[in-house]
Amino acid sequence: MTGLEIKNLSVNIHDKEIIKNFSLKVPKGEIHAVMGPNGTGKSTLSYSIMGHPAYHPTQGEILLNDQIINDWSPDQRSQAGLFLAMQYPVAVPGVSVANFLRTAMNIRRKAANPSDKGIPIPEFRKILKEKMAYLKMDPSFSSRYLNDGFSGGEKKRAEVLQMAMLKPEIAILDEIDSGLDIDALRIVAEGINTLAQENQMGILIITHYQRLLDYIKPDVVHIMMDGHIVLSGKSELALELEEKGYDWIRQEQPLP
Amino acid sequence: MEKSQDIQLKGIGDSDYQYGFQDPDVSVFKTREGLDEDVVRQISAMKGEPEWMLDYRLKGLKHFQQRPMPSWGPDLSDLDLDHLIYYVRPSEKSEKSWDEVPDTIKNTFDKLGIPEAEQKFLAGVGAQYESEMVYHSIQEHLEKMGVIFLSIEDGLRQYPDLFRKYFGTVVPFTDNKFAALNSAVWSGGSFVYIPKGVHVDLPLQAYFRLNIANIGQFERSLIIADEGSQVHYVEGCTAPQYTTNSFHSGVIEIIVGKNARVRYSTIQNWSTNVYNLVTQRAKVFENGTMEWVDSNLGSKITMKYPSCYLMEEGAHGEILSMAFAGKGQIQDAGSKMVHFAPNTSSKVTSKSISKNGGRSSYRGLVKIMPKAVNAKANVVCDALILHGQSQSDTYPTMEIDQQKVSVGHEASVSKIGEEQLFYLMSRGLSEEDATTMVVSGFIEPLVKELPMEYAVEMNRLIQIQMTGAVG
Repeated sequence: MTGLEIKNLSVNIHDKEIIKNFSLKVPKGEIHAVMGPNGTGKSTLSYSIMGHPAYHPTQGEILLNDQIINDWSPDQRSQAGLFLAMQYPVAVPGVSVANFLRTAMNIRRKAANPSDKGIPIPEFRKILKEKMAYLKMDPSFSSRYLNDGFSGGEKKRAEVLQMAMLKPEIAILDEIDSGLDIDALRIVAEGINTLAQENQMGILIITHYQRLLDYIKPDVVHIMMDGHIVLSGKSELALELEEKGYDWIRQEQPLP
Repeated sequence: MEKSQDIQLKGIGDSDYQYGFQDPDVSVFKTREGLDEDVVRQISAMKGEPEWMLDYRLKGLKHFQQRPMPSWGPDLSDLDLDHLIYYVRPSEKSEKSWDEVPDTIKNTFDKLGIPEAEQKFLAGVGAQYESEMVYHSIQEHLEKMGVIFLSIEDGLRQYPDLFRKYFGTVVPFTDNKFAALNSAVWSGGSFVYIPKGVHVDLPLQAYFRLNIANIGQFERSLIIADEGSQVHYVEGCTAPQYTTNSFHSGVIEIIVGKNARVRYSTIQNWSTNVYNLVTQRAKVFENGTMEWVDSNLGSKITMKYPSCYLMEEGAHGEILSMAFAGKGQIQDAGSKMVHFAPNTSSKVTSKSISKNGGRSSYRGLVKIMPKAVNAKANVVCDALILHGQSQSDTYPTMEIDQQKVSVGHEASVSKIGEEQLFYLMSRGLSEEDATTMVVSGFIEPLVKELPMEYAVEMNRLIQIQMTGAVG
């Protein structure tokens, strides 16, 4: 299958099992949402898929375009087309957004073609300007140091900007709506929708609240509790969940 | 990150130092090993100096012999002062044209890119090889405006009164043991005078090269910026890698006149067998500004604390200091700011990086004298540790003898975090690229103060030093 597939994945943190026998398929071109209460393992899931070294699978497989990537480093996963927009992006003082993005793009180009000389600067500037414009970002943003002193909303936009520049095949958006006011949420969501269509991207939205899904319509909604998916359905499931709350699921789905 | 435990970043402290090539010994004269009065007299005689200078040297020697080794700071017990050669004359004289410089020496500077840089973006160049300046030249229009840029020996010969007025007034021979040693055996360095109101737009550069093993290089520079003038002086240093130690101990004296502005930038990249113990100080007069941009990448042990004596009202001093210590290296760097007068201000920004067991320290003093009403001083020290076994220390000292002042000190130590690396790697950067990016960002505040050509060079040096196998 072209896209992301997770088969029977279990992940421990400090010897405690957080992800439990988790399975999910996100084909390219589809939007999936994983919803769940706090502490249910959603962020652990996103880190595990991206290959954070502290999150080792104890069983199961993560596949990207039919290749098992369990042992791949985060940079290998990134270069193969995976992207994670993080809930808490880390600051890198002294490195401008533009400089960082150009480095990241050039590394990809070089991996694809070892004799590549890097993206010409005028071309890079043009693309960056274009992407920043549709995320309604001030041009001066690109010369600021990456995530350094950014507001919550700026960090989220910067994550989506990176996604727009790096054009992944599969993007995981971990609580991309937190810290965004309603206007910013709309802009970011529109940006994501455009990218998804342009690139036939597969998207895995990880979110606590339903409100993001008013703007980005998922093909499938999954409810995650206690480390695995307990219920999947069409986008209406999110609305039902919003109305009835997670307790409804708890009653419906006796936990193992 | 688990595997970062065994990252082996090459470069600093490793064997792929790119300036480590050696040339044959082409010297025309050397003093014998070791130091005594005869050696000092011999050096003075070779230079045909006036009597007062010989006396000064002998006083320096006496003070050096009497003064104990410093009891603080890095361990210097491996520094074998008895078997060093204190003076090596590489050629007959300092030339104004590269064509006159002996071939072997000229080739070395060609390899280091000095004549090329001179043509492209420098106002003047001095090049020192072993103990003497072999080349010294400045753009003609500056010479016509009265700018003096000579080897220190030519300065003494051609401008004896100006020289004597200032020599030893900023760093007296009694200042410390190594300043005393330098006062006894100094050789080479620059004599710079910028006349009133003259702005030298392009940098003047001095380049120091040690070639043969077991020698000491004791350059001495005197820079005088007269009222309202401006100048930027840059020094660079390299040497071949030997298994035995060499020694570099310079003294730099700077006078910053009323409303004048001097910037002194160092890119110290000695090979890792060189002891680098340097005394650099500026006296800053009314509303003058002195800026030290000090980057220490090479050497075995560096002890270096550029300082500003803020002598008159409104004088301002700044130090941007960067030290990078790799395997087996100790960078004991820092600063000294002494406020003598009212409304003086100083700012210290120190960035230190330690990797593969290297040690880098910030050692600094801010001293506010009783008369310095409304003095402002601010010190910020950041340390970045790349590997667990590396070390970073901060020794800040504040001596404040006036109530009405504003003094700030901040210090931070960080390790390159797992989260930072994961973040960058999740964008496709390898662990090495990610680490290099964090280091480049860390020193960005310093690099952006360098002229473009040096900033590019500095980024290149950092990249070379970070290159190597990871995990």
